[in-house]
Amino acid sequence: MSRKPVDIGDPDRLYTVTGGRSEADDAFDLVTLIVSECEPTAGMQSEHTRILELCRHPTALVEVSAELKLPITVVRILLGDLHAMGKVSARHPRAAESVATLPETALLQEVLHGLRNL
Amino acid sequence: MGSATSELPAQRTPLADAAETGLKIVVVGGFGAGKTTLVRSVSEIRPLNTEEVMTQAGQGVDETAGVERKTTTTVAFDFGRISLNQRMVLYLFGAPGQERFWFLWDRLFSGTLGAIVLVDTRRMEDSWYAIDRLEHLKTPFVVAINRFDSDEPQFSLDEIRQALALKDHVPMVDCDARVRSSGKEVLITLVDHLYALALSQEGTS
Ligand SMILES: Nc1nc2c(ncn2[C@@H]2O[C@H](COP(=O)(O)OP(=O)(O)OP(=O)(O)O)[C@@H](O)[C@H]2O)c(=O)[nH]1
Ligand SMILES: [Mg+2]
Repeated sequence: MSRKPVDIGDPDRLYTVTGGRSEADDAFDLVTLIVSECEPTAGMQSEHTRILELCRHPTALVEVSAELKLPITVVRILLGDLHAMGKVSARHPRAAESVATLPETALLQEVLHGLRNL
Repeated sequence: MGSATSELPAQRTPLADAAETGLKIVVVGGFGAGKTTLVRSVSEIRPLNTEEVMTQAGQGVDETAGVERKTTTTVAFDFGRISLNQRMVLYLFGAPGQERFWFLWDRLFSGTLGAIVLVDTRRMEDSWYAIDRLEHLKTPFVVAINRFDSDEPQFSLDEIRQALALKDHVPMVDCDARVRSSGKEVLITLVDHLYALALSQEGTS
């Protein structure tokens, strides 16, 4: 897992939001679906509270980023923390058993079917 | 958090609780080619916008100083969403195709199913770089011609294929990015193409 430096332009804000860290974990893809495993508690960091509220239903990392108006890398850091504390779970792309075992053609057939039904 | 705009949707449309797999397709094209319009016309949510800021260190050497330079680039992109069924959700990303954004792509969009190159025939040269790059990355793609009203003279698809130096096997399709059924056809053209590629691979392995 490579860790990459980040610079969001406003160091103060980054420091506040991420507790001073500037390295993000790539474990979360843009479309990894995040699900809260608990309710926010009083005194929790406000970004954590918002994430736990947002992810009561599965929510992609990129949607969390758009809703919180924070760059992807910052959201990765926040999610990494929540995940490490067991407060959220992550559904990674194609990791689910029902998809992981599918041949590519079968997966694409499901995609086509979904699109035709739009 | 101070929010930058007051445009936040009053209510979000959440995904089904059974949603477990996110898939990605990228729409790439020049400025004003209609990327956001296409994403909007097929998306179940109003397109959302976000950004990634990336620091690129040690990429080349500064020609004047002869030292390693660190550059920071912000890339903004918008995206939409299509729930394909209870379990699978497709995200569509609209992203600029300019050369200076490309080093971000491998990282931002790795794992995409494929790409749609959206072409405005008044500025075909805007797509050259994107096509070149997708071929290099071996990302399967289709080319969609967004027909603007002022698009005269109307080039035929063959003429456009020549102008873009597109290989014969790359599907091309006309579209009107504003129209949902047309956007849907473009997506189906891409996934049909991906299916054919996957089928021939399964045949050989
Ligand atoms: N007549 C016509 N207008 C279109 C069509 N598609 C897009 N437009 C218009 O063209 C303009 C640019 O479209 P956008 O969807 O914003 O293009 P974009 O590629 O997202 O542009 P940037 O993100 O700025 O690079 C908008 O005013 C659209 O309404 C089309 O098929 N026909
Ligand atoms: Mg746009």
